[in-house]
Amino acid sequence: MGLGTFKGGIHPYDGKELSKDKPIREVLPKGDLVYPLSQHIGAPATPIVAVGDEVLKGQKIAEAGGFVSAPIYASASGKVKAIEPRRVVVGDMVNSIVIANDGAFRSVEFEETKDISALSKEEIIGKIKEAGIVGMGGAGFPTHVKLSPKEPEKIEYIIANCAECEPYLTSDYRRMLEEPEKLIGGLKVVLQLFDHAKAYLGIEDNKPDCISKLTEMVKDEPRIEVCPLKTKYPQGSERQLIYAISKRAINASMLPADAGCIVDNVDTLVAIYNAVKFGQPLMHRIVTITGQAVKDPANFSVCIGTDFSELVEMAGGFNGQPKKIISGGPMMGFAMFGLNVPTTKTTSALLCLTEDEVAKYEPGPCINCARCVEVCPSRIVPSRLADYSENQQEDLFEKWNGLECIECGSCSFICPAKRHLAHAIKAMKKTVLANKRKK
Amino acid sequence: MSDMYNVSSSPHVRSKDTTDRIMLYVIIALLPASLFGIYNFGFHALLLIVITILSCVASEWAFNKITKRKETIKDLSAVVTGLLLALNLPPTLPWWMAIVGGAFAIIIVKCLFGGLGQNFMNPALGGRCFLLISFTGPMTSFANSRYYISQGLDAVSSATPLAALKAGESVNTMDMLIGRIPGTIGETSVIAVLIGAIFLILMGVIDLKIPAAYIVTFAVFVLLFGGHGFDWNYVVAHLCGGGLMLGAFFMATDYVTSPITPLGKIVFGIVLGILTGIFRIFGASAEGVSYAIIFSNLLVPLIERVTVPKPFGKGGER
Repeated sequence: MGLGTFKGGIHPYDGKELSKDKPIREVLPKGDLVYPLSQHIGAPATPIVAVGDEVLKGQKIAEAGGFVSAPIYASASGKVKAIEPRRVVVGDMVNSIVIANDGAFRSVEFEETKDISALSKEEIIGKIKEAGIVGMGGAGFPTHVKLSPKEPEKIEYIIANCAECEPYLTSDYRRMLEEPEKLIGGLKVVLQLFDHAKAYLGIEDNKPDCISKLTEMVKDEPRIEVCPLKTKYPQGSERQLIYAISKRAINASMLPADAGCIVDNVDTLVAIYNAVKFGQPLMHRIVTITGQAVKDPANFSVCIGTDFSELVEMAGGFNGQPKKIISGGPMMGFAMFGLNVPTTKTTSALLCLTEDEVAKYEPGPCINCARCVEVCPSRIVPSRLADYSENQQEDLFEKWNGLECIECGSCSFICPAKRHLAHAIKAMKKTVLANKRKK
Repeated sequence: MSDMYNVSSSPHVRSKDTTDRIMLYVIIALLPASLFGIYNFGFHALLLIVITILSCVASEWAFNKITKRKETIKDLSAVVTGLLLALNLPPTLPWWMAIVGGAFAIIIVKCLFGGLGQNFMNPALGGRCFLLISFTGPMTSFANSRYYISQGLDAVSSATPLAALKAGESVNTMDMLIGRIPGTIGETSVIAVLIGAIFLILMGVIDLKIPAAYIVTFAVFVLLFGGHGFDWNYVVAHLCGGGLMLGAFFMATDYVTSPITPLGKIVFGIVLGILTGIFRIFGASAEGVSYAIIFSNLLVPLIERVTVPKPFGKGGER
């Protein structure tokens, strides 16, 4: 079988050599921890602690605000200092619980499950829901919702998203190398929920060590298979990954489950395993601290809620003056104007760049070269869609399938005129979707 | 906030390709044809190339100055237009006509419509067709090439192979491949044009959709309607003759004036092949590439409209 892949895509500089050989290091925060109540898709969580309360590590501090929502747990012990709006990664102010860290990390007891196979499906989903697990690849969709499709018997593919196609990120890579048994453990838990499914680990072929290690580990597992994928951005995009592995193609109006697929990221699967096996709620995640502006790039196991500025210190501080600070990767991450922002369940990296390539180039007129069309994984026409966005032509934007955009940014990357294509399309998508809801 | 960093919407990285670098690649790709033209036709050809480029660049500069626009000559697109126009001129054209052609191409065809990216017609070909209509005589008299002159043949003017074909005479296709024939400065040598085309394909500047669809359609048209049956020599002569190769690889592929959709590119190539066939075989003039291209340029918006690609997940993934 050849490598799984898709049509389109780009090959940006991957920058992974900066941090790929740095083993995961557990780091403990010294300062306050901040927990935004919205760090997932869906209703915000509701605080169940009050200012002045003492909390333990692993204690639930906010309850899910509905079915599509997730609870939040303290990742350190201390006193609730405030419940107030705080700045988050995307720049908004979001109501957050602030805990004054007492540095003791006194923890609640977790209940271990001796035999996972004895658990019923409902019990497993209950544990995942209770642990506050959301998609940790970036979207933050509550995992228990994803694992409760309308027709579970139709699910045939459980796909572990091990592509890690974003440049610079190495957290999934380190996880696969260092704790592959937890990843496989998480997959087995999910397989227990879907009787007709097989699990596939989709790994880009720039990680041959992970491919061989995991292939060796699953050689006696009839229901788990490793699928090497061609290294290309955005191979880890849900729709492109599903296509590369199953040859099934979904569009914007479909869910992966409509094609019999469920996709989970590496860190999410490990969190599922920790929740079901050890009873641990989601309190930690792996964050890559990297970029040319960081002295000592690293992969940290971070207490969720830790301030980004602390992580920079732990990575040796800055190496020269950074121009741009990004939460996440360079293709889909969010640029932040300051470092005093908390890490959340969906923070995969902190990328500090000494050069801002966006500011370096002035956008020029489109020369119609069609490079954006060639690279677009959604097979749409970014250049035209950006025009329709700039001219506020909603009907044409929809006719040219603008809503199918997955916002991967490949078009802006490749554009020789340096137009902000993805930005224009994203803005118009928001407008069109908002107007649709109004109707 | 004490520390303020740059903020912008993702993505935060950009490829190294820029508009001026692409234009530079096109200029490099046109060098073999230009140098062969100068070798073949002598000093006046060099003079025309230089004058046409200067005319184009100066026109753009002056237009931007007068209309108080941002200076754009650094993007090199005016140089490309000038060079392409020069390669489409007969080597004996009076120099002032070249200036008029360059100014028309840049000011009327390109700048008045909004400059780079906005023109609906290939500026170089627009300029050429303007000259062809205005100064038909000088634009259709072709000096002999160095080869003919060295053979002691008529040095003033002679029929191009296409005109000879039209008159029912036979032609030497090997001479046409190498370029030892009369014609415009840059179109005579198929080999020189193809060297440049291969360079552009390797550099990822153009792809084969438009040229391949164009050439194949045209060849089929000539076979069916050329009146010579399955005479391969006749077909090859048509493919190598006139501006077909230069047009197919360098002017039909002009980004701005060709469709952006993948299927649209193929449709565009087919339309070009049919139109060129009609103009060459049924038209009064021996040549038809320029008219075919500027006419097809006008159809681009329509072609795009009916070739909106299918998106991923709705049939476009394969």
